[in-house]
Amino acid sequence: MLQPAREVVLSARDVVVAFGEKVILDHLNLDVYRGEVLGFVGGSGAGKSVLMRTIIGLLPKRQGKIEVFGVDLDAASEEELVAVEQRWGILFQQGALFSSLNVLQNVQFPIREYLNVSERLMDEIAVAKLEMVGLSPDVQEKYPSELSGGMIKRVALARALALDPELVFLDEPTSGLDPIGAGEFDELIRTLQRTLGLTVYMVTHDLDSLHAICDRIAVLAGGKVILEGPMSAMLASEHPWLKAYFRGKRARMAVTAEG
Amino acid sequence: MNDDNILRSRREGDRLVLTALGPWTAVHAHNLEPVIEAQATSSQPVRAVDIDLSQVKPLDTFGAWLIERLARAFSARGAETRILGLPEDYRGIVDEVHGANLKPAPPPVKTSRILVALDAIGSALVNATNGGVLILRMLGAVSKALGRAILHPTKFRWTAMVVHMERVGWNAVPIMLLVTFLIGCILAQQGIFHFRKFGADIFVIDMVGILVLREVGVLIVSVMVAGRSGSAYTAELGSMKMREEIDALRTMGFDPTEVLILPRIVALVVSVPILTFLGSMSALYGGGLVAWLYGGIDPDVFLSRLRESISMETFLVGVIKAPVMAFIIGIVASVQGLEVKGSAESLGAHTTSSVVISIFLVIVLDGFFAIFFASIGI
Repeated sequence: MLQPAREVVLSARDVVVAFGEKVILDHLNLDVYRGEVLGFVGGSGAGKSVLMRTIIGLLPKRQGKIEVFGVDLDAASEEELVAVEQRWGILFQQGALFSSLNVLQNVQFPIREYLNVSERLMDEIAVAKLEMVGLSPDVQEKYPSELSGGMIKRVALARALALDPELVFLDEPTSGLDPIGAGEFDELIRTLQRTLGLTVYMVTHDLDSLHAICDRIAVLAGGKVILEGPMSAMLASEHPWLKAYFRGKRARMAVTAEG
Repeated sequence: MNDDNILRSRREGDRLVLTALGPWTAVHAHNLEPVIEAQATSSQPVRAVDIDLSQVKPLDTFGAWLIERLARAFSARGAETRILGLPEDYRGIVDEVHGANLKPAPPPVKTSRILVALDAIGSALVNATNGGVLILRMLGAVSKALGRAILHPTKFRWTAMVVHMERVGWNAVPIMLLVTFLIGCILAQQGIFHFRKFGADIFVIDMVGILVLREVGVLIVSVMVAGRSGSAYTAELGSMKMREEIDALRTMGFDPTEVLILPRIVALVVSVPILTFLGSMSALYGGGLVAWLYGGIDPDVFLSRLRESISMETFLVGVIKAPVMAFIIGIVASVQGLEVKGSAESLGAHTTSSVVISIFLVIVLDGFFAIFFASIGI
């Protein structure tokens, strides 16, 4: 399944992020390959979200280099950065929908800002995206405050996919969803990933998601990626934290349930 | 981009063969759409259409949807439409959009302008009435909470009240002093400038003294408090409402009026009279300073003339209005705060209403006070 020669869409080299004296990411290295679903795990407070926010440029780093689609984000010009930003989509943990826009306007927002297309095409594409994430077009007039948690995640995913990005960042996509909803959401991500040929970078705590849809898993501990590889490598590891995480009581239930 | 580089068409008998070329993606959508539309709306009769996708690379949702739209347009004209040469990689996306947008968009509702205007008038009236009802309801809720606090003084949230007094009272002192000082200066300067023409300079002291103590002090302070603290109350309560903090309080058996609103309103009612007093003194000081430096009226003369022209009543008329103003500002701010709905826009709109309505009511109330004091002869 793993082909080392595959194209690297995201590479982080020697990344150091610290708040004051507290070092969160300590010379971290990570590669994400085209077309894979990478699951990113780590204890609470290990810095998973910090890494994601550093990659997408919301947090400054002390040292290191981050390249997305071969563009060094520090050296890139304003135009290059905007071009990169159009090729990635981000699903925030709480959805981060614009509260004063309705569902349709939320999904259309990036299209309206970046592409010079007709109102009709914008409507059609936005409705198609909503249908892709499993929402009925009836919700398009609703405002984010009128939606359930699962619907917010779906609309946020539709917005993240609005410009047909190549790389999608998902921050705990299944948190706050019931197990059935979470399962459906995993399935949805998998289907969309295959249909649209996406590369998915997914921060998650959901062992079921890790089992069901991740091609590769990276584990963050002590500010570094301590292990990356498929599920089998995780299960084989003797690292105490990994043993507790992947072979603990809850993990065994996920494995048994899977069959 | 030339149209032929996007979609090449040729005829084979009564069959139209369209070959799509190159990238069909989001960034090219603005070039693709006119080409698709031209084909879809061309008047040439067609019996059958083949759309060849073998030379498209890459294809995304935008491109796939435009192909689908073209296919539907031909099908609607009765032509048999086939999609040929679809690369395996893109089968998923083409199948996906095939099922999209099948429901026709709801037709736009037609309304006449007169109806819209009548509707606007009607809803404005209903909103105004509802606003009044909400204020009355809040008055009732606050009175009830106040009554309970008087009966059980230990239950009253003294700490919260002191914190709010610091924020709306103590922290507001410098800006209130500065603004009222400037107002006092301006009143005195204008008075001297105009009164001097008929040699009545000295009456400036009467004017400044009475005006500041009766009206201007309390009005300026109230307007400042509405803008400074009323808006803060609305924003605080509104964001608590948005994050369901108020619902959480209610489900734990607390009355939000008692926990959040009463301490805030009491803090205002205590602070505003103090601010009014300080503000009036500052305005008199400013007036005196300008009278001395600009009008040449000695401070001794100013003080003795002031003592003759004003009485304790003048001061009381002003300061008695202050707690009423504070109370109404607090009530309006709380009503607006609790009316905030989920969006950031709603928070902004209600904060604006809070300030506008409270300043309006402060001025209206001041008018009523003027009529009242005039009719009892003060």
